This record gives sequence, structure tokens and C-alpha cells, in this order.
Amino acid sequence: MVESSKLSEKESPKTKEEAKKEKLTLVVFSGDLDKTLAAFILATTAASSGMDVSMYFTFWGLNVLKKNEGGIKSKGLMRKMLNFINRGGSKRLTLSKYNMMGMGTWMMKGLMKDVNIPSIDEFITMSHKMGVKMIACTTSCGVMGVPEDSFRSEVEILAGAAYFLREARDADITLFI
Amino acid sequence: MKADKSLDCIGLYCPMPIVKTAEIIKQLRTGEVLEVVADDKGIKQDMPAWCDLTGHEFLGVEEDGEIRVYVKKTHD
Repeated sequence: MVESSKLSEKESPKTKEEAKKEKLTLVVFSGDLDKTLAAFILATTAASSGMDVSMYFTFWGLNVLKKNEGGIKSKGLMRKMLNFINRGGSKRLTLSKYNMMGMGTWMMKGLMKDVNIPSIDEFITMSHKMGVKMIACTTSCGVMGVPEDSFRSEVEILAGAAYFLREARDADITLFI
Repeated sequence: MKADKSLDCIGLYCPMPIVKTAEIIKQLRTGEVLEVVADDKGIKQDMPAWCDLTGHEFLGVEEDGEIRVYVKKTHD
């Protein structure tokens, strides 16, 4: 009796770790700098707290994952035009309010840098290193004409709604941003 | 409070003190105490919450202009 209780006591941290990890899933619909920042702050904090994290990027959110360099090789005039005016890339994101032709965004980036908040670009690299899963929505890619090679290397999965729902079903927290 | 390791988070805002804490606690052995020095007030609420999430033990806060929070590593 004594031995078995000792054993379970000794093994309790291990069992806790082996138990199902808590999970956070985020839908990143927005491609705005401010909203994306909120998403990455939650993602990195959750990953730091031992949670599994999946971020599902759809619609304007795809802009976050587009490579900063090179062009987007879309097919057809409409999609070419769309990806010209909506080029995307983590370094091109703008504020949802007071962008003021880029002035507001420039100022906000300066303020963030001033208090050592990582940039979205740095957050993506950091999140990836922490094991955050970043998923790009294939339907949005199709509609908007964003080919797979437009995305940065941190994007490992391209998937649809069913994939996200399975992720979210197993999650303890799900947010739409 | 005595600590085995100290982490300087002066000038850093959420989420960086937590991200750095999670990183550095890996270097400690179970039972050792980590001190996190910060000036973002959020840490006073965030660190106990992080301890709840991760199972590490929150030992307390000391304030002398700077904020010092103490965490005991309870498992790997």
C-alpha cells in the first residue's frame, strides 16, 4: 500500500504531462496589424504555458503569411490585380484604424519598437520555433488566387474548414480574430 | 527572497516576460527558484496565472520600484 501510494506520488507530474495537453485554436480572419498582433500575443503566451496552438489563417488573414519578398504569381487579370493592391506580407500589414496613408501604421510600429514589442515578422518566427501550427485556408487561396509558393516556410499546412473544425473540437479555447 | 536564477525583463511587455520565463525555466532543476525582475505591472497577475496553467509554484511578489516575482519549478 505504502509503496503504491509513493509510486503514484512520484509519477504524478509525469502523468500530468502525459495527460491531454490543453489547446488554443485561433481563426485569423483579419490581416490588420493590430488584430494580428493580438493573435500572436495569445499564441506565444499559450505555447509558453504548455498549450498546443493552431492558427488558421483565412481571407485577409492570408496576407500575414505571404512572403515579404517577390511577387504573388496569380493567374488571370482580376486575381493579378487583387494581389497587386492587396500584396500582403507581414511587413506590409496596416492598422485597422488611423492608418492615414501609412503614417499611422508607421507611427504605431515606432511606438511598438520603442517598448520592445516584437514585430509581426518576429512573432511568426518565434511562434514557429515554439511549435505553433500555422494553417492557410485553401478556399481563400483559390478565391483570391494565392498560390502555395506565396507563403513563407513557417506555413506547413494548407487545409479547409473540416480540418479547422477538427482542431477546434479538440480545443479548450477558440477565438475568431 | 533567494533565487537560483534571475531573469531580467525590465522594459519588456506582455507576452515577452512569460515567453522568456517559459524558456529559462527549462534550465532550472526541479525545486529551484526563478526570480523574474520586471517593470510591467501585468506580471503581478500574469505570473500566478502562468503558474496555474503550467503547474509551477508561484511564491510571491516583492516590489521596490522594480517588481520581482518568484516561481518554484515543480516539474520538468
